[in-house]
Amino acid sequence: MKIQPLAAGASAMLLAAALTACGGGSGDSGSGGAGTTITYWASNQGASLQNDKDILTPEIAKFTKQTGIKVNLEVVPWTDLTNNTLSAAVSGQGPDVLNIGNTNAVTFQSTGAFYPFDDAAMQKIGGKDRFVASSLATAGKAGEPPTSIPLYSQVYALYYNKKLFDDAGLKPPTTWEELVAAAQKLTDPAKKKYGIVIPGATVNASMHFAYIFSEQNGGSAFDAAGKPTFTTPGMIAGVKQYVDLLAKYHVVNPSAAQYSDSAQAAGDFARGNAAMYMAQTSGINVLAENGMKPEDYGIVPIPAPAAGQKVSSFVAGTNISVFKNSKNIDAALQFVKFMTSDDEQKILNKAYTTQPVIQGVPASFTDDQEKIDTFTEVLSSRAKPLPLVPGIQAFQANVGGAAVALVAKAATGAQVGDAEVKAALEEAQQKMGAS
Amino acid sequence: MAATTFPERPVRTPNDGPGPDGSRRRGLRHINWARVTPYLLILPAVAFELLVHVVPMIVGIFMSLIELTQLFITNWSAAPFAGLGNFGVALDFSGPLGQQLLRSFGITLGFTVLVVGISYAFGMAAAIVLQRSMRSRGFLRTLFLIPYALPAYAGIIVWKFMLQRDNGLLNQFLVDVLHLTNDRPFWLIGSNAFISVVIVSIWQQWPFAFLMSMAGMQSIPDELYEASAIDGASTWQQVRHITMRMMRPISMVLLLLLFLWTFREFNTPYVLFGPTPPASADLLTVHIYSSSFITWNFGLGSAMSVLLMAFLVVVAGLWALWNRRVRRDA
Repeated sequence: MKIQPLAAGASAMLLAAALTACGGGSGDSGSGGAGTTITYWASNQGASLQNDKDILTPEIAKFTKQTGIKVNLEVVPWTDLTNNTLSAAVSGQGPDVLNIGNTNAVTFQSTGAFYPFDDAAMQKIGGKDRFVASSLATAGKAGEPPTSIPLYSQVYALYYNKKLFDDAGLKPPTTWEELVAAAQKLTDPAKKKYGIVIPGATVNASMHFAYIFSEQNGGSAFDAAGKPTFTTPGMIAGVKQYVDLLAKYHVVNPSAAQYSDSAQAAGDFARGNAAMYMAQTSGINVLAENGMKPEDYGIVPIPAPAAGQKVSSFVAGTNISVFKNSKNIDAALQFVKFMTSDDEQKILNKAYTTQPVIQGVPASFTDDQEKIDTFTEVLSSRAKPLPLVPGIQAFQANVGGAAVALVAKAATGAQVGDAEVKAALEEAQQKMGAS
Repeated sequence: MAATTFPERPVRTPNDGPGPDGSRRRGLRHINWARVTPYLLILPAVAFELLVHVVPMIVGIFMSLIELTQLFITNWSAAPFAGLGNFGVALDFSGPLGQQLLRSFGITLGFTVLVVGISYAFGMAAAIVLQRSMRSRGFLRTLFLIPYALPAYAGIIVWKFMLQRDNGLLNQFLVDVLHLTNDRPFWLIGSNAFISVVIVSIWQQWPFAFLMSMAGMQSIPDELYEASAIDGASTWQQVRHITMRMMRPISMVLLLLLFLWTFREFNTPYVLFGPTPPASADLLTVHIYSSSFITWNFGLGSAMSVLLMAFLVVVAGLWALWNRRVRRDA
């Protein structure tokens, strides 16, 4: 009987130690040439995992035909991708090539698990001058060889339902105040119609909104030295601007506080239950998969308060990385070169409705020039890059988590004012200090 | 035979090489099989215990002593030695992390007491009722054991669906059928989340209590009941003085097991709420998971794990002491 309690505690411990045991296997034969097999973890860019497989499989077949290198494709949902990558980094057992969210690029760079693209490696994939500068800037810390290469570029914008706006005699909002007024007009809880939808329980999207709105209010998440400054008035005002949609104006369906997946919010918008929806460029594809036609909605930059900074997005997107301890570095680099080639950039970014990261490859994700223009404008003049600090993943977890908790509080009827927002951000900052 | 030609040669020289059969056989005969066999039988169990439990435990203790953050996870040996620093942070109850850990500990303790108490009561009551032979006994026994037989994840995911706000079965029943309230309550966020996790855990745990109690009651001789009936004991007196009394040693073990299992329950809160649970249902194991996996601070997470283990060891130790005293007194 004595061993039992020990075993009990030990199993809990296993939880912490388990990370050493997970992670996928990697191809283990040879390097570089034909006949090699590499493993590729693709992020879930499409409306579903199957959507991604359908898009990627024919392209990978082309790569295998060109080089003789086989690719073992696994599509990983975003909710698992960071953890799986972390496990792979710890155990040294991972894929050869994988996608990462570009917001995490510097955090992963600091782990040292990824292959650094020095000048020679950059040459192998075609040289750094081919890439759009704002996209390449997300690849890693300035002044160090990047550990990821841009693949799909995205920005946030506001999607609005044209018919609902027309019926109510509304124009797409150009300021945050107009957005709130329009949302109030379009909200009718009795009919389960709401002005706007948010993915309330999604930690990474909540961090994105916290960041965008804080920047609009002149707040900054990190100071020049890279120390977190979450409790500045601008940060508090930004997070409150987001939470107020539910807490103060009640223009969001409280049920959205449980949406732990951005696709759930897309569904509400596609069904016409929400008149507005803030999403990245790939929203076009996700909405199409949900049965909403592009002519049914318009796209404008996410508006800022009249007195605020005109920031509508950060430079979002997906990067591709190579694991440093891959046994097939050469084959992996060839695959990165293939994925960032002009032809593939055109095909993949069209399928995923994202923006190409290669200069001279035009965005072609929709036939609607107006939509393309909006996204191009956001990317060129209304996007502020996220700070390139190693604590960015912790920022995402803590500030995103704080926003999720505040939205949940508001949904369950608790008071959420300046004091509550400040307390939540203070707690998030204290957690940063310890990590 | 070679051995008989060289009788003076020491039989037990290990470097005999492909030496004579006879000497080896005689060497084997020297082993006292009666003494060795028990050790051989227990060897696989000990080896696996070491591999599966003790080694990770030691690794965990080691991790708790170093500053294992994102900067060092690919090369543990470079992580600076923190001594008891991680424990200091975890146990500094005036700091934010210590405060949260303490809060989480309190929630977990309340959760455990409720789940264990109610599961035990349910299990015992059902076992007592089904002890008498009745027509539907087999059916009910099977029915009650279903939650225990279901894969944990599948069962909890079904609960998650039922507890959804908009289209969950529970809200449909409460709002659309019973018309108890017009405002659909949330069950997976806010303060109701605690009730949800307690109910789902009871649903999962009580069949085990039922199974153990049922098995235990089989060993109570019928003569005791017959004799007490002749003496005019009521059913309640029989349950109290015979069943509960005879079941005491089994109940003790059962309560300990339920306590240990429930206290470190991970599946239920994690599947219901994901990696960032609502504050009301912030159970320790998920709290530790978040502290290490979400914020990438594995040293601190391991320190919390070690503290959790220490607490469970203390609980089990106190139980053992108390149990021994009770037995001696009895």
